Formats: sequence, C-alpha cells, structure tokens
Amino acid sequence: MTEHYTVPTGKHRHRALVIRLIAFALGSFAFGFALVPLYSVLCKVWDTGNRWYGTQAKHVVERPAVDRWVTIEFLSSVPNAGHWDFRSNLTELKVHPGKLYTATFFAHNLSPVAVVAQAVPSIAPSSVAKYFQKTECFCFKPQYFGIDEGRDMTVRFIVDPDLPADVDRITLSYSFFDRPQVAAAN
Amino acid sequence: MAHAHTHDGVNHLDHSHDDHHHDKPTGIGRWLYATNHKDIGTMYLVFSLIMFFMGGAMAMVIRAELWSPGLQFVDPLFFNSMTTTHALLMIFGAVMPAFVGLANWMIPLQVGAPDMALPRMNNYSFWILPFAFTLLLSSFFTAGGGPAGGWTMYPPLALQAGTSFPLMIFAIHLMGASSIMGAINVIVTIMNMRAPGLTLLKLPIFCWAWLITAYLLIAVMPVLAGAVTMLLTDHYFGTSFFNPAGGGDPVMYQHIFWFFGHPEVYILILPAFGIVSEIIPTFSRKPLFGYEAMIYATASIAFLSFIVWAHHMFTTGMPLAGQMFFMMSTMLIAVPTGVKVFNWTTTMWKGSLTFEPPMLFSLAFLFLFTIGGFSGLMLAIAPADFQYQDTYFVVAHFHYVLVSGAVFAIMASVYYWLPKWTGHMYSMALAKTHFWLSAVFVNVLFFPQHFLGLAGMPRRIPDYNTQFTDWNRVSSLGGFVFGLSQILFVIVIIQCVRGGPKASAKVWDDATPEGLEWTVDSPAPYHSFETPPVITEENTHPSH
Repeated sequence: MTEHYTVPTGKHRHRALVIRLIAFALGSFAFGFALVPLYSVLCKVWDTGNRWYGTQAKHVVERPAVDRWVTIEFLSSVPNAGHWDFRSNLTELKVHPGKLYTATFFAHNLSPVAVVAQAVPSIAPSSVAKYFQKTECFCFKPQYFGIDEGRDMTVRFIVDPDLPADVDRITLSYSFFDRPQVAAAN
Repeated sequence: MAHAHTHDGVNHLDHSHDDHHHDKPTGIGRWLYATNHKDIGTMYLVFSLIMFFMGGAMAMVIRAELWSPGLQFVDPLFFNSMTTTHALLMIFGAVMPAFVGLANWMIPLQVGAPDMALPRMNNYSFWILPFAFTLLLSSFFTAGGGPAGGWTMYPPLALQAGTSFPLMIFAIHLMGASSIMGAINVIVTIMNMRAPGLTLLKLPIFCWAWLITAYLLIAVMPVLAGAVTMLLTDHYFGTSFFNPAGGGDPVMYQHIFWFFGHPEVYILILPAFGIVSEIIPTFSRKPLFGYEAMIYATASIAFLSFIVWAHHMFTTGMPLAGQMFFMMSTMLIAVPTGVKVFNWTTTMWKGSLTFEPPMLFSLAFLFLFTIGGFSGLMLAIAPADFQYQDTYFVVAHFHYVLVSGAVFAIMASVYYWLPKWTGHMYSMALAKTHFWLSAVFVNVLFFPQHFLGLAGMPRRIPDYNTQFTDWNRVSSLGGFVFGLSQILFVIVIIQCVRGGPKASAKVWDDATPEGLEWTVDSPAPYHSFETPPVITEENTHPSH
C-alpha cells in the first residue's frame, strides 16, 4: 500500500500528466501570439473603416449629390515628441458627397538627420469611417524626408453618398510617426 | 516557524528508497534545498507577508501624498512608481504566493499525501520568487526610477520608462514561471496523490477551488508572458506589435493583457472562495450547503472569466455588438457568484454559530466581497462604465474584492490553520482586536473612494481638485490605521510560533472542522501520511 507513494513509481505516474500540463502551458504561450493575427482578422471583419480600409486605396465612381454639404475637418498630431512641423493646409473643407476632393498636409523634418515617417489616419466618428474613401493618400506608404526637407503631401478622397443623413461633419486626423526601423532597412 | 518534530508513528519499513525524505534537514540548507511541502509552504507564506508589508508601505506613501491636494511628499514620477509597484507586489508577491503557500501546506494534508507530487520543482518555484522581486525592486536604484506606467504596462507609456522596463519584464517572466510550476504541482498532487478512496467529489472544497485556479494559471500566465515579450521586442528589436507606425495597434495590447488579466482576478479570488467554504461550515457546525453546486459555480466562473475581458476597456472603442456581448457575459458571472454567496449564507442558516477569528474574517469576507461584487456589476454596465473608467470608483471596487476579499480570506485561513502548523493556540483577544481594527478601517479606507470616483477623481494622479479633499482625508486616515493594525497580525503569528496553549489535533474541538488535516497531530508532523489514511465518513466532508 505504501508503494503507492514511493518516488520511482510516483515519478512514473506523474510523467504523463506533467508532460500534458507543460504542453498546455506552451500552447497558452503560443495562443498569446496567435491572438495577434486573430485580432487583425476580427478587426477586418468588424472594421468600420478606421483600422484596415482607412489605409487601403479605394476605386470609386463619382456621383455627386450636389444638394448636400458635409464638412470635413482636418487634424494633425505628432506623437512621442517627434521633430516635425506637421500640419494641415486647410482647417476644414465643405464637400459634396460623391465628388472627389484633394487636400494637402505639410510636413517639415526638423531633426538633424534624414527620417522615414509614417502617417496613421483616423476618422471620427468611427462609425462612419467606411463612408470616407481615399483614392490616394500619403499615409499609404512610408514617407522619406531629407535633412531640413519640407513638402506638401496629398490625400484624395470622396465621401460616399450613402453617408447616413444625420452626419454633416467628419474629422480626418493623421498622427505622424517616425519609423527608424524602415530607415535602417533602406 | 513550524518547528514540527513529533513523528506520526508510521512504520518505516519502506524508507530505504528515499533517504532524504525521512530526515529533517537542519540549518540554512533546510530552506535552500527544501523539498518538504510544509517548509516550502512556510517560506511562501513568510515571503508573502514580507511582500504584503512592502506593498503596504507603498500604499502608505500613496495615501500620505493624497492627504492634501497639491504635491507634498513625493514627486509625480515616484508617486506613479508607487502605484505601479504596489499593485505588482500585492498581486504577484503577496496574494498569489500566499495562496500557493496555503496550497503547499494544506493540499497534501487534505488529500492524505506525504508531500507535493513534484518536490524539487516546488523548491524551484519558490526560490525563483525572491530573485524576481529583487529584480523588480532593484529598478528603483536605476536611472529613471522604478516602473511607473501602471501595473497593466500599457504601451506606449510603459515603453517610455528607463532601465526599469526590461527589469520589470524579466521579473514578470520569472513570476509567471513560478506560478505555472506551482500550478502544475497542485494539479498533479490533486489528480495523482489522493488517498485511496478519496474520490474527486469527496475532495475538500479548498482543493477543488485550487484545482480550478491552477488550470486558470496554466491557461493565462503564458499569455501574459507572451504580451510582455511582445512589449520587449517592440522596444528593443524593432517589431511593431503595438506600434501604429509599423501597422501595429496599442489597443491590441490591452486585449491580450486583459485576456490574461480577467482570469487573473479569479486566480486571486477562487482560492479565497475555497477557504471561506472550509471555515463557514466549521463554525456554523453544519456541512457546507450545496457542495457540488459550489464546485460547478467555481468552474462556471472560471469558464466565464475567459469571455469577459473587454469590459476593462469599453472606452477604447469597439462595435456596439462587442460592448453588448462583454456587458452581458460580465453580468452573467453574478449568477454563479450569487450561488456561492447564497450557499454560504444558507450554510449559516440555523447553524450554531461562534465567532472565532477565522469565522469573523470569513463573515467580513462574505459581506464586503459582496459589496465589491455589486460595484463590479455597476462597472459592467457599458454606458455607465464611461463615467467610472479610470476613476477612484474602480479603485474602490477592486480593493473591496482584493483586500476585504482575497486578503481577508488569507487572514481567515491563517487564523484557521495556524494552530495546526505551530501546535499552539494564539491569542484570541489580540486576533479579534486585529479583526475589528481591520474590518472597520478597511471600510473607512475604501468606502469613501466610491464617492470620490463618482465625483470624478481620476486614479493614478498625485494631485487632485480641492473639492475631493475631505473624503481623501477620511480614506487616508482609514489607510493609516488599517496599515498599522496589520502589525498586530505579525505579533499574533510570532507569539503563536514561539509558544502558547497546546492545540489539539482537531484544534477547533467544540466546532466541526472536517477533513484529513485534522486527523494528524498539531503541529502537523514533519512527515505526514507516509502511509495513506483510510477514508471514512468521519474524516472527509460528510455532505454525501
């Protein structure tokens, strides 16, 4: 009866369960990383246009609704106290849904080195982001800036005429991030 | 403590295969190379007590700073490192190791096993902890000070720290490894080492609670390890898991963190449920009402804990359907939790109650934890949460469930089993004084924080608007008295280790303690159950 507990048989008895539990723990660790692609997929499925489609070019057909006006507001920000002068050339623009417009943002590299930057867009209210479609945007790819270089960058957009009737104002904002790792790769 | 020396009169015919097992080592080696579950349990509990006082000292700094509006004692960065490290110490250093210490001491005694299943790993999982916390606390002496971005380590803020950042990450890796090893040990002990005839449905409820907790630990601690590893590679190796410039998303960190974080809060409370489920029947002199319902309720809570995480982040923006789902699933947890609360209450119904210190702490647990549960329900309401998010209301909520919940249950368990560990009764008068001071002043400390939060005082800020002064003073006062009264706890323990009236094997002779741990002498012999006990109706839980 006491052999029930002796170490050699005990170890034997425990091994299978211990291996299963260690495998479980390793599986949990892997699952933590699996949440990364899972998150991307779920964001695409439930996306209102902000996270995924906001960074992809759209093919659109112009069909202006000339009897309707929507105000587009432009915001700019520089996170992490980056060395940039980054601003919109317009504070706001009145547009017709279904008509293509162009807006420009100005960026000036104030740091003493060449920098690669990435603009990350955001639309507010986020629920109407899918109606704000870009055909061309400086946010679609990293932007290279030499020392003291400043230039205007273009975004071309169209507001989908299916925009809910109660929305008369949309805010487009860009955060201008440094991307040192891209600079290093080039 | 626990200088057990009486042998329990087992025959030693079978000891040739395992000689270290039967001797009692002496000197520092006894602790460094400890494989005895009682020694390791003691080390865990002492370590936890030290961490409780260090974390408590940090809380005193926080409450002193919040005595008045404006800045008086510490600069804001140090204040933030106090809130951050207070949380890390209390969660990973005080509450979790206390539960693992209790598991070490009590699970082998409750299942009739001679030791934990994996004694060597048990030694590693304890000795990792002092190194982990030395690593964490050493960051206070590096450039930039201790970690100050909150214990949740949200990027990008957490990445803007100095040397404390990698030190904190590695400390968390070590704490996680320790918890996972401890959890594996608990599961293997309960599954493989039960005395013959002790079926799963005769298992003491504390073992059941710990078994479920151990599975939660193995499921989520590695996810936390993954999340902090991603932070590390984002900071040092140019990955962009959470960096928007590279296509990552800081909100994703919050999802991964709370996928760990919400089960973690049940890791901090399920063993407490197990403890009060042992104590309330004893001092009600009735079997636990609804033993199996308690097990199913615990398992349901554990399952639900995996599908509610985003209620911590309603304000980060998510589809309406998502908010609805996380709101409803969170509220669903009130059902199994309500089953438990009503079962405890029904256990006491028409019982013949006495109010020894473990029972007092369990009753305070029952009452105050339920208040914390109710404020949790308020926080679960997505539209209301927009007002409560990141205010002192949240602080009040989780301190009710963690201090007057988890910590009170740990104190109840120490007062319950301490005579079994030391062989001495402790001073009931001193212990009851400790209880009343704690129970009154924990409310003075945390109840006003509900008002502060509803009025809009943000958490984790060293300064506040003058309108919040009065309730902050009350809260600080409660904090100082609550903190000081914990010294009584240490005095009671030290006195009890040194001597006192002899405790009987049953300890609570005029009550009805159930389970195998009461069949061994007090103090529990250094080696117990070397021959498996015979399971009878009397020495197991007689609810079936």
